[in-house]
Amino acid sequence: MKKLILSTALATMMAMSPTLAETPTPGGNMIVTYKDDVATLDPAIGYDWQNWSMIKSVFDGLMDYEPGTTTLRPGLAESYEISEDGLTYTFKLRPGVKFHNGREMTSEDVVYSINRVVDPATQSPGQGFFGMIDGFDATAADGSALTGVSAPDAATVVFRLSRPDATFLHVMALNFSYVVPKEVVEAEGADFGKKPVGTGAFKLTEWTLGQRLVFEKNADYWISGVPYLDSFTVEVGQEPVVALLRAQNGEVDIPGDGIPPAKFVEVMSDPAQAANVVEGGQLHTGYVTMNVTAAPFDRVEVRRAVNMAINKDRIVQVINGRAVPANQPLPPSMPGYTKDYAGYAYDVDAAKALLSEAGYADGFETELYVMNTDPNPRIAQAIQQDLKAIGITANIRSLAQANVIEAGGAGTAPMIWSGGMAWIADFPDPSNFYGPILGCGGAVEGGWNWSKYCNADLDALAAKADSTVDPAKADERLKLWSDVYMGVMEDAPWAPVFNEQRFTLKSPRMGGADALYVDPVSIPVNYDYVYIKE
Amino acid sequence: MLAYILRRLALSALILLGVSFITFVLLYVLPADPVRQIAGRSATPETVASIRRQLGLDQPFVVQYGHYLWNLLQGDLGRSYLQKTEVAALITSRLPATLLLMLAAITCELVIGLTLGVIAALYRGRALDNVLMLSSFVTVSAPQFVVALLLLYVFAVKLGWFPIGGYGTFAHLVLPALTLGILGSGWYARIMRSSMLDVLRADFIRTARAKGLGRGRIILGHAIPNAILPVIAMIGIDIGIFMSGIVVVESVFGWPGIGQLAWQAIQRVDIPIIMGVTLVSAFAIVIGNLLADLISPLIDPRIKLR
Repeated sequence: MKKLILSTALATMMAMSPTLAETPTPGGNMIVTYKDDVATLDPAIGYDWQNWSMIKSVFDGLMDYEPGTTTLRPGLAESYEISEDGLTYTFKLRPGVKFHNGREMTSEDVVYSINRVVDPATQSPGQGFFGMIDGFDATAADGSALTGVSAPDAATVVFRLSRPDATFLHVMALNFSYVVPKEVVEAEGADFGKKPVGTGAFKLTEWTLGQRLVFEKNADYWISGVPYLDSFTVEVGQEPVVALLRAQNGEVDIPGDGIPPAKFVEVMSDPAQAANVVEGGQLHTGYVTMNVTAAPFDRVEVRRAVNMAINKDRIVQVINGRAVPANQPLPPSMPGYTKDYAGYAYDVDAAKALLSEAGYADGFETELYVMNTDPNPRIAQAIQQDLKAIGITANIRSLAQANVIEAGGAGTAPMIWSGGMAWIADFPDPSNFYGPILGCGGAVEGGWNWSKYCNADLDALAAKADSTVDPAKADERLKLWSDVYMGVMEDAPWAPVFNEQRFTLKSPRMGGADALYVDPVSIPVNYDYVYIKE
Repeated sequence: MLAYILRRLALSALILLGVSFITFVLLYVLPADPVRQIAGRSATPETVASIRRQLGLDQPFVVQYGHYLWNLLQGDLGRSYLQKTEVAALITSRLPATLLLMLAAITCELVIGLTLGVIAALYRGRALDNVLMLSSFVTVSAPQFVVALLLLYVFAVKLGWFPIGGYGTFAHLVLPALTLGILGSGWYARIMRSSMLDVLRADFIRTARAKGLGRGRIILGHAIPNAILPVIAMIGIDIGIFMSGIVVVESVFGWPGIGQLAWQAIQRVDIPIIMGVTLVSAFAIVIGNLLADLISPLIDPRIKLR
């Protein structure tokens, strides 16, 4: 069973017809603003939603996504084969791809880049994604050469895995596996993130700390005709309120931090402005975690009662309808989402009954941790009122993000509202919502499984799902994942509250399909495919 | 004089050492682990431990602090965990913007504050004096955020006279400097007014008047130059305050200065930047005060430094 998938011609054709009805016009400079400085553009290091999409424009990986979708397509790889046992992946590289410094990219660069991200000296936050590659443990411990990746010739890369893993191609599309040129990385050292050199559609030509970054079109980009923009400028240090004023004045094309909550209703109720707002789903779920290792949340009745007590519709109103109510961990746009699941209905009386069943007829007092930026404290207050109605007194602990994450990892927080720190998928696959945040592996000191929930049966089911590599059995695999999340809801370590919607404000001159402005893997926009009309 | 300066410098070094110690302790006990911020949410415990070891954050407090001080003595403020850049480079890249805004703001403060102070003193006890003193009270108490946004909205958005935030040209400088100038002018107006009143009562003014000098020449040539002395000491203190961060105004106007850097770092608990900015600010305040103290005897021989 060998599968040869996708030729260059097909991939290029797909790239050239990216869900666009009108013909894109090349040229122009787009201006994007952000409040915070850009941290780094090193693909092995950058891991926040702000630099994530910029890195995607400067670098490429073996795999990629079709613009505006969650559909995988080959990137720097022209084609790939998966062995019958699912343990060997052979990628054929696209010929003639050049780095921004003019040197041709080869299979050795791919091997170097993967080794670099696993090497502990790199301190990559993405190291853990590569655990399925043979020899990972040894390399992750001492930085020795990774045995599971090799370059038999200049155009071929072979990965050997220690276990079949259906997410491997998604991992090859992650920023962490993007290809970097060894000689530049070694010459720049720690400054590579400020002077990045990749194969991507844009090259960084200016970075003035605290002020702006300028990305210019890579004329030699391997997808001909892409990108459409001549350049885009990222201006940092701009408060969202001021960025909105500038956008309204026509000085800014995309306010990167979005529409500030305080201005949202004003913008959306003005038809002229609302016409420039693109709404879309995102791979995000906001939830309340309950620490299952300590009373009173060690009782499943109590956790289910909390699920029933929270009035999700009202919380969505609190944030002016910028979300849709959630009833399970996966967001609706994620493959594997269980459509016919009703979830725990809002029912105060049933919740009270469950509480007395658990022996808490008179309720109890607990703490709800929350990140201290708007609108999270307001959401926490709404949850507090809902819990009060069933007799639970939740004292709100409003702290800086890092402090809440610390308390969650240490297991000292009985309840946490995840807003501002909530899980946004790294890649569009249901497995990404499980391991670190609901699986036993994440339920350790410092882990992101803040409920400290560990169900060995579900872990086994998840492992079974991820070893189902055969694309022909993809639906079977998604069914397994659906079962995993239904099992989670049965144990109710979380109360899922809502899935945030994205609202991207763009200037009227910006063209391209709406999907590009709410691209599920590029926030706020897919820089490579948007263009300026006129 | 030299002995005084040396003693003050030694004292300043002690103050800075104290500031560094207190800040380091506060950030050390803070329940936010920088290693987890670096490692991200997908890191294994092994990755976290490895990063902790590489950064030396598994060492006891005394060793970490000693290490920091040793680097500090060599001018190394460390590396930002989140921005992945040398803290010294981040601060120096933002110094010019903060210095420029500081100079412009102090100029505005002086022009507005001294003018109002002199006028109030000349019209002492009359309605104009009361109105000016009340308005100086209002500006001193007004929240920077509101005034900054108000000026931005009226003069940049509605009237379009100035750019809506940003940095680079003189036009960009006007609104932030004016915001700080208006808000800070109240202090100067009050000091100038009381100083003017003292001077106007002084013997040499009476003498000048007796000589038959004109009112304008008395005020401009004799009263103001003498009344301005306390204001100069205040500028030294002002420099220290501005250097420690013009946080709100820089944020609203997107002005790439040290205050903006500090504000971003605090929000993200970027400990090396917070440490660096705190030390640089403390240094500026100490030096600002020292300068103010050194200038005072030069302009007023009655003050002796000991």
